Parts: sequence; C-alpha cells; structure tokens
Amino acid sequence: MVVFLGLPLAIFIIFVISPFVQAAYYSLTDWSGFSQTMNFIGVQNYIKLFQDGQFLTAMGNNIFLAIVVPLITLSLALLFATLITVGGPSHGQTRGLQGSSFYRVVSFFPYVIPGIIIGLMWAQIFGPEGLINGFLQMFGLDMFESFPWLGDERTAMAVSVFVIIWGFVGFYMVLFIASIKGIPGEIFEAVRLDGAGRFRTAISITIPLIRDNIQTAYIYVGIMALDAFVYMAALNPNGGPANSTLVMSQYLFEMAFSQGKFGYASSMGVVLAVITLIFAAIVFTVNRLAGGKDDGGRR
Amino acid sequence: MLILWSIIVVVPMLWTLMTSFKTTREIFASPFSLPAEWNFDNYVSAWTEYDIGGMFLNTVLVVGSALIIVMVLGAMCAYVLARFTFPGSKAIYYLMLAGLTFPIFLAIVPLFFILRNMGLLNTLPGLTLTYVAFALPFTVFFLFAFFKGLPDEIQEAAYVDGAGEWRTFFQVMLPMAKPGMASVAIFNFLGLWNQFLLPIALNTDKSKYVLSQGMASFASSAGYAVNFGALFAAVIITITPVLIVYVIFQRQLQGSVSQGTMK
Repeated sequence: MVVFLGLPLAIFIIFVISPFVQAAYYSLTDWSGFSQTMNFIGVQNYIKLFQDGQFLTAMGNNIFLAIVVPLITLSLALLFATLITVGGPSHGQTRGLQGSSFYRVVSFFPYVIPGIIIGLMWAQIFGPEGLINGFLQMFGLDMFESFPWLGDERTAMAVSVFVIIWGFVGFYMVLFIASIKGIPGEIFEAVRLDGAGRFRTAISITIPLIRDNIQTAYIYVGIMALDAFVYMAALNPNGGPANSTLVMSQYLFEMAFSQGKFGYASSMGVVLAVITLIFAAIVFTVNRLAGGKDDGGRR
Repeated sequence: MLILWSIIVVVPMLWTLMTSFKTTREIFASPFSLPAEWNFDNYVSAWTEYDIGGMFLNTVLVVGSALIIVMVLGAMCAYVLARFTFPGSKAIYYLMLAGLTFPIFLAIVPLFFILRNMGLLNTLPGLTLTYVAFALPFTVFFLFAFFKGLPDEIQEAAYVDGAGEWRTFFQVMLPMAKPGMASVAIFNFLGLWNQFLLPIALNTDKSKYVLSQGMASFASSAGYAVNFGALFAAVIITITPVLIVYVIFQRQLQGSVSQGTMK
C-alpha cells in the first residue's frame, strides 16, 4: 500500500506542490534566476507590479477575456445543444433537428486540434492574404485587400476572442447535450402541452435544470481564458499591436525566461493564481444568489 | 445556425488542406485558387527539412510513456485513497484538489530549476515526468469516484481467496475500472498531446522538440521567410492522426465527456 500511494504522491509533491510553494517564496525576493544572491524584499515585487503599465494592460486583457469568452462560448454551446436535443419539430415527440448527430460530430472537431495549431491556422486565415480578406473582396469590399486583422489594434483582440471560442464551443456543446439528455423527457412534453414555445422552454426549463453544469463549465472556460497562453502565443507572439492582446501569462513567460527576472515573474504567477480563485468564487456566489431566487420562484 | 457553425468549423480546415498543396507564390496570389498541380512537395519538405518527423517521434514517445505511467500511478493512488481510510488520507485528497486548481504558470519558474538540479532539463524523461505529475490530479479525481463505486464484496472475496494487495489491485480491481480508465486515458491523451507551455519552458533543445512547440517555432522562426506551403503541410500532418482517431472513437469520446464532467 505504501508503494501504491507513495510513488505517485512523491512525484506530485516534487513537481507540482513544491514549485507552487517555492514560487510563492520567490515572489518575495529579487532573484534573477542565475545569480547567487537572492534577497528577501517583501512585497516590493507586488508594488512594482501594480505600477507596471504593461502588466496592468495584460491583466485588463485577461479580465476582459474571462468575462467575454465564457459568456459567448457557453451561450453558443447552449443554443446549439438545445437545437440538437429539443429544437426539432414542435409536434410529435420531443427531439432535435434533422442531421443533429452530424452537427455534433463536426462541432467537436476543433476540440481535438491542438491549441497551437488552431492559433496558427487562424493566424493565416486572418492574415493579409488570407481566406477572410479574399472572402470580403469577393463581395467587393476592396478596402480589405490586405487588411492585417491581427496587426491592427482595433481588431486583434476581437479576432483572438473569436479563435478561442471557435476552439471551445464544440466541447461544451457536447457537455450540455449530455446534461439536457439527463432531463426526463416528460418534463419537455408537459411544458409543450402547456403551450410554451422553444425559447420559453429553454429559458425556464432547460437552463435552470442544468444550472450546475453551466457553473462548472463557466469556471473551466474562465480559467482557460485567464491562461489563454497558447492561443495568444500562436496569434500574436509579442502581445499584438500596442499590447492589445498581451495576457499575463505571456508577460510572465517573457519576464522569466527572456529577461531572467524570476522573482518578479513569480509574483505575477501568484497574482494570476489569486485572480483565478477570485473568479471561481464569484461564479459560485453568483450561481448561489441566482439559484436562491429561482428556487423561491418555483415554489 | 448549426449549418452556419458547421461551415465555420469545416471551411478553415479544408482551406488549410488545399493550401498545403500550393507553392508559396500561389498562396500569396489568391486565397481561393486551386493549386496548379497537386503535389506532395510541401509534405516532403515539412517532414524532412523541418524535421516534423523527428518531432512526431518525440511527441509519441513522451505522450505515450507519460500516458501509461500516469494511468498506472493515478489508478493506484485513486484506489488507495478511495478504498482505504487512514490518518491523512483526506489531507492528501485535498492536496490533489489544490494541484488541480492552481495555474501551471505559477509553478513554471521553480519547475525549471527543479528539473535543472536533477539534470532532467531538456531531456525527454524530464518532460515525461512533468507531464505525469501535472496529469495526475485529474486522473486521481476521476478514478477516485470510480473506485469508490466498486462493491466491497469483490475486494473481500479476493483477499479470502488469498490474493495479496498487488494481485487484488492488478487482477481484480483494475480490470473492473476499465470503462473509467478508458475515458481518463482519452482525456489525458488529448491534454498531453496538446501541451504547449511545459515543453517550451522545460525542453528548449531543438532536437528534442515536441510537435506543438516545433510548430510554434516553425511559424515564428523567420517571419516572411517562412515556407508557408510547408507550414500548412505540417499543420495537416499534425492534425490528421488526431482527427482520424477522433472520427473512429467519437462515440466513446463524446460519451466520456459527459461521464467525466457529470460527477
């Protein structure tokens, strides 16, 4: 028994837990990584961090992503999942649209493609000579002849958000399909007899019943959006025009491995971790508040 | 709506496929034109010149061995935590939970030095070991619920029949957890195959590159001097095996998505 538990636990503690603890300590030092000296400087790194314009930009971008990406991803996923499961004809048995299994398979495609490939593929598609511009020109929009979608401050972030969502909708769609299928069919039949339309059914039956799944999904997507490293690294390795797509993880990576400011980078890691926890706490709280109200209404 | 989304999903992939057969000049001429001739030059140069073949091998080696190790270790760990109570078992469980919630980014800097001190930096075994460590919490959680659900009687029967702890686990309990194991394995496979941060931070020796980081360096290496045809070919080479596996196993995979997250 000791071996059973000991070996995995040892690996876990050495490679996962101990780095977390060390990072928390490094964040309080001025360590550059390769120097012998490591001075304890207290919270100075953190003070510097919140005066560092570039970091604040990155943090703002992350927070933007954490709000926008889950909202759009999950709304689309819910919409598609509803169409596939109960969006079919409004007479007869409750079922999905025709060909729904085909859509389900296809929509899941992006999830199996590595994030870096998704990024690289779309970077070309949105490139000056890419598919999108070709398309727009076809409709006579010649100003897009070689418009750099990712190189323009106004569009870079929107494009990045789109790419991330493209990669994630399918997975959550499948997840929601599974949870909607877990709802007894009689409920849908009953609502239909009561004369509720599809939209009404989705809002007042489906969403409340799978609320916990939505909460879990929201936290997953949010954590992913707070990271976003792989997509941003593929789309705009240097943070995009005027740092418009720079995220904390990219800045952390650059500070640590290009500039050797390991102490400073570690303090960013701590901030990122704290923001992640706060984010999860907010989602939990919102769900509980909304849930409480809902339960009252149903009674 | 669904038709529109399917188009948005499929068209970029088809476009990438088509472009992978074009020469760089054709790519810049028009995004829609078909390649003048369908030849595999781009694939040959991606595979040999840019060493996609070598990276492919590295990826298979690292992901394959990490997957096997994490499944065995994860199953053992989950089994012990789920079936035996002893002082500290709850604490270990929560420690694992913590490992799942914190971002890898926080760990990446110290991890670099831990591996360096162990002489494992820039080695495939080092990368494998880190993969194992970071895939472990998820594996343990998923299997924990699974082992918890197995009936006690079978374990007792095995003991009565004189099986030791090792035999009970490997010959009796583990086979019963097969469906759970399969789901976790699929998830871990995708997760590890797509891993990007760990290799770029901990594996900077070009000959040991895995596909994901190789692709990134390929794309950014020389700006406009990039051989785009070969880049597109490399993209196709990278996603084709995964897509084939997906289409074959899509039922199990989609089943495991629901199973994995409904708990």
